[in-house]
Amino acid sequence: MTKTWTAASAVTAALALWAVNADAREPGQYPPLSDYFSPAAPAPTAPDADGFITRWLLLEPISKPNPTNTVFTRSYVREELSPATYPGDFAKVESDGQRVNGLQWHALDSRLWDVKLFNFAQALDKPKYGVVFWAVTVIDVPEEMAGVRLAVGSNSASRWWLNGEEVAGLYDDRRMVMDDVLSDRLTLKAGRNVIRGAIINGPGLSDFCLRFLDADGQPIRNLAIDIK
Amino acid sequence: MPKHTLLTKLSLAPLAASLLAFAAPASAQLAGDVFIHDPSTLTYSDGKWYTFGTRGGGLSSEDGWTWEDGAVRPGGGVAPDTIKIGDRYYVSWAVGGGGMSGGHASDVKIMWTRSLDPNSPDFEFHEIGTIASSDGYENHDAIDPAFLYQDGRLWLSYGTYFGSIRMIELDPATGLRLAGNEPVEIAIDMEATALMYRDGWYYLLGTHGTCCDGPNSTYNIRVGRSRSPTGPYVDNMGQPLLRGGGKLVATSHDRMIGAGHFGLIDLGDDIQKFSLHYEADMERSGRSVLAIEPLLWRDGWPVAGENVRPGTYQIQSQRSGNALQLQTDFVRIPFDARAAWMAGPDAPIVTVPAQTLPDVEAGWADGPVRVDLSAYMVRPNQHWTITPAPEAGGWFGAPYYRITVEGTERTLAATDNREVAAMPAAADDDSQLWRIDQLIDGTYRITPKRYADEGLAMVAIGTSTPSLVPFDAGSDAGRWQFKLP
Repeated sequence: MTKTWTAASAVTAALALWAVNADAREPGQYPPLSDYFSPAAPAPTAPDADGFITRWLLLEPISKPNPTNTVFTRSYVREELSPATYPGDFAKVESDGQRVNGLQWHALDSRLWDVKLFNFAQALDKPKYGVVFWAVTVIDVPEEMAGVRLAVGSNSASRWWLNGEEVAGLYDDRRMVMDDVLSDRLTLKAGRNVIRGAIINGPGLSDFCLRFLDADGQPIRNLAIDIK
Repeated sequence: MPKHTLLTKLSLAPLAASLLAFAAPASAQLAGDVFIHDPSTLTYSDGKWYTFGTRGGGLSSEDGWTWEDGAVRPGGGVAPDTIKIGDRYYVSWAVGGGGMSGGHASDVKIMWTRSLDPNSPDFEFHEIGTIASSDGYENHDAIDPAFLYQDGRLWLSYGTYFGSIRMIELDPATGLRLAGNEPVEIAIDMEATALMYRDGWYYLLGTHGTCCDGPNSTYNIRVGRSRSPTGPYVDNMGQPLLRGGGKLVATSHDRMIGAGHFGLIDLGDDIQKFSLHYEADMERSGRSVLAIEPLLWRDGWPVAGENVRPGTYQIQSQRSGNALQLQTDFVRIPFDARAAWMAGPDAPIVTVPAQTLPDVEAGWADGPVRVDLSAYMVRPNQHWTITPAPEAGGWFGAPYYRITVEGTERTLAATDNREVAAMPAAADDDSQLWRIDQLIDGTYRITPKRYADEGLAMVAIGTSTPSLVPFDAGSDAGRWQFKLP
């Protein structure tokens, strides 16, 4: 971030602050978590009718003050959202209820096609603006699938890894759009595949959506999603 | 058709097989042997495209860009047309007529062969006979035949501006005129007609103006349409072609003068082009040359399109409206937002300079850099310079192009894994060569030469992600616009 940003951000920051102050309801008045999520069921689930993956382990938001989306440059996001900044062991899948740095992982099924991170944070009475979310899920693939693409949209910038390899990045000023950014062609190995993402929110209604598309651009649905 | 006769009168050298091969001038569309008058509709046979012209002979090409002399059409005469039905290539042409010293007595003849390739064992023309005539006294000149095979029926238009254009129906099994068929008059003031069918409309195209005077030829291509092959044909103003109507399709442009003798080339995937001749290519001695140009459809009417012109553009995705860009850090333009918000009515007005390449280039990564699609912000990483590369060849009237970030050597390339990236410098191989073909809606398809044989094109597979995947004409994802910055 530069001095020029500092000057420009003053107005935006003031507007964002006004928005936060104007939203002065008590926690109990916000829509409850159950409006958007249910606890992850014991049995594996499948992608929804359009292939969107709705079961995720979500970490409570990490404070990362940013009053605007326009500072989320590629360099900044790659530095701040990386395996090095992951709160835990990047090679492991955490479990529901596990805590790290005072923040808790929640295993949830989204009731919608997208994952409402803003409402997740708000319902838990956690910071909503200027935060980083981490999300993890595990898919079981019946047989190796080549030529597949991960398709993701996020509000705001985000980075995504498959089995530890970076496959997609969404930078700069982002709103969530389905199939916004697609990975290069990749191979889902037979069996367990881990998807991990980090999303940074400025002043927005943070959320994300993710699915896999086959070589013809059609959603892949024959996946078993679990987060154990 | 006066052109044949005028050519004779002016003692011009015959358009014979001895023409030398010329490299394509920078402004030209095609390379090789391109000298021809009255080219027949391009027809595919044995791995090549063929077109035949007045006086006999013709040209062939494997890619629609580089043409060579040596096609063979017996019978002499003028202005042939060709169509393939079943295993037969029918060729119709005219002998006699054309006006002036040739008079107006003429015969339209027809013959067939199973191959247009003179080296093929199936290459053997069988002359059937005469299917239409003018007697030299009537207001008609039976030359310039043009085929249309639609819904199992074979139609033939012919004639010049000496009287009327006429339509007859032939037997597609024999090529002969149907018993009892009488010619129907469908237009005046035209010659070099052509026929098309699209969405329930029959289109009659023809050339207005005068040929055969090099850069002073006034030839231009017009069109009318009808629900019936026998008319009435009217133009966009409802003016009957029998009263001189005709909507403009193609005319002179740049260094090409006198557009005539339309022939449809339907390449599939919403790419249609048309062959024509220009009476004068000012870069080729003002002689008559073959040309191929994009054909667009606007509100049910065909109109000539345009190859993308050399220059610097925003390349906009028709899918998302986002612009192709080098993936770089977004760099803010210095701006005092608070002062702007608080400015009073008497605050001085100043210009804000645009962001320039020197403002940002030092921060760009070395080596290959991926590209993506984003909101157009008039930034240096979003401006692409399109440079024709005719030395690398071309495809159906358009040369290959190189696409570079303006002011840099960073060149758009098709990568080994069939993705799109900007390479730091020019390469000698095909990876940085692109076909840019205008589609019938006026947008463009961008095809990597490297993977053209696989049918791949640059496609917006996501709102912000381009890749190389099979082109789908039913989608906007593979359509692009070149917009001036």
